[in-house]
Amino acid sequence: MKRVVITGAGTINALGQDVPSTLEAMREGRCGIGDLEFRDVERLSIRIGGQVKGYDPEAAFTRQELALYDKFTQFAVIAARQAIAQSGLEFSEELSLRAGVVLGNSGGGMTTLDENYRSVYEDGKNRVHPFVVPKLMNNAAASHVSMAWGLRGPSFTVSTACASSNHAMAQAFQMVHGGLCPVMVTGGSESMLCFGGVKAWEGLRVMSKDACRPFSANRNGMVQGEGAGIFVFEEYEHARARGAEVWAEVIGYAMSSDASDIVMPSKQGAARCISGALRDARLNPEDVGYINAHGTGTAANDKTECAAVADVFGRHADRLMMSSTKSMHGHLIGGTGAVELLACIMAVRDGVIAPTINFQEPDPECALDVVPNEAREADVDVALSNAFAFGGLNAVLALRRAE
Amino acid sequence: MSIADRVITIIANQAMLELGDITLESTLEGLGVDSLGLVESIFAIEEAFDISVPFNANVPSAGDFDISTVGAIVAGVQRLVAQQS
Repeated sequence: MKRVVITGAGTINALGQDVPSTLEAMREGRCGIGDLEFRDVERLSIRIGGQVKGYDPEAAFTRQELALYDKFTQFAVIAARQAIAQSGLEFSEELSLRAGVVLGNSGGGMTTLDENYRSVYEDGKNRVHPFVVPKLMNNAAASHVSMAWGLRGPSFTVSTACASSNHAMAQAFQMVHGGLCPVMVTGGSESMLCFGGVKAWEGLRVMSKDACRPFSANRNGMVQGEGAGIFVFEEYEHARARGAEVWAEVIGYAMSSDASDIVMPSKQGAARCISGALRDARLNPEDVGYINAHGTGTAANDKTECAAVADVFGRHADRLMMSSTKSMHGHLIGGTGAVELLACIMAVRDGVIAPTINFQEPDPECALDVVPNEAREADVDVALSNAFAFGGLNAVLALRRAE
Repeated sequence: MSIADRVITIIANQAMLELGDITLESTLEGLGVDSLGLVESIFAIEEAFDISVPFNANVPSAGDFDISTVGAIVAGVQRLVAQQS
C-alpha cells in the first residue's frame, strides 16, 4: 500500500482567510464567533456564529463565476487555490487524468435556496434565475474545483452531516493509499449562515445564544460556523520525487455507524471508530499525543465523547491532550473536520496544541486534559481528528508528523 | 378544552398513550418521552398556544420553564399564556 502525505493546505473560516492567519488565531486562542450579519437576522433567537467577515467575493471571483458559485463553493475554491498553490503541483495531462476531488458538505447552497424561496414564496415572483439548481447542488463545490484545475479523476461529494469532511478525506486517503490516484484534492466546505439555515437549527434547541464552551460544565450548546478547509493528499514517493514540502502524513482512519438514534450520540459507536483508527494506523493508544475533539459544546456530545476516549485509551486518556477548536471557529457542519485537521497539523508539525477556549468550569463527566483557554507547546508525533455526526455516522482520521 | 387538557393531549400524542394514562404527577421520562420527543412536545405546545417557551435541550432544567412533571409544564404554559394576554 502507498503512503499518503499532505503537501498543501488552504482555508477560509471565521478565524482567518488562509492557513497562517488561522493557525495564528488558534495559537492565540482567539474567538472568531460574533454577531451574525445577514437579512432577517432580527427574526432569529440565535444571533451568533463563526461568520466569515471582511470577505469580498468580487475581489476573488468574476461576475460569471459568482453567478454560479454559492458561498460554500466560493469558500471551497478559495481554499483549493491556496492548497494547490502551496503544494507546488503542476497538473500535467497524465496527472490530471488521475487526480480527483472529494469534498464534504452537508447543506449545499443554503443561501441560494433561501434567497430563491424568499423570492417565490415571500415576494410572489414566478421566475427564478436559471442557475439555481447548479448553484445549490451539494456537488457544486467539488465540481468547480475539478473544473478550475482540470482534474479528471474520481470526484464526488460526501454528505454525512458533521462528519462529511472526515468521511471525504478518508475516501481521498483510500484512493491514494490503494494506488488509484497519485493526488487527491480533499476536505470540505459549508455555509449555512443565512436566515433559513440558522432558523432550521434553532428548531432543535441545541444552539447556544452566547458562546461555544466545549467540555465546560456550564456549556449550553453549539454555535455554527462557515468556511472551508482543503488539502492536497499525495502519494509519498510522488511528493518526494518532486521535492515537495510535506506537512504531515495521513496514516489511517476508521468509520463506524451507531445504528441507534438520529440525533443522540453513542459512546460505543464513537469508541469503535476511535479504536478502529488506531488499528488501521497500527498505533498503540500511548502513541497518540493529541485529539482534535468533535467537541460541539452540547451536553450530549461532550460527555459521550469523553467517555468514549476514556474507554479506548484507558490510563493514557489522562495523559493525552484533547481540545475542541469549535470554541473558536464554530461548528462548520460538513466542513468542520477539514478546518479542524489544521489543528492536528499544527500539533504534529509545529508542536503547538490549540486550546479549548471559553472553558470556565470543569465538568466531572469531561475529566480529560482539554487544553483549557491557552495553547500549549508539546512534542506530539501522532494526532487524531474525531467527527461524530447526526445520524450516528462517525469518522476518525490519524495523522503523523512528517519524517 | 382547558389548558391542562390541551397540554395533556399533546403529551399523550407524543407518548402514544391514552389520555387516562397521564396525570399531572406524571414525569415525561416515566411516560417514555425521550429528549427528541420533549423538543417536539415543546414545539407542539408553542404552536397550539402561540407562545414562545424558553427551553434549551442542553440544559433542560435551566431557565424558568419547569419540565419536571406534566403538572409543572401545564403551570408553565398557563403562566406564559397569561403573560401574553
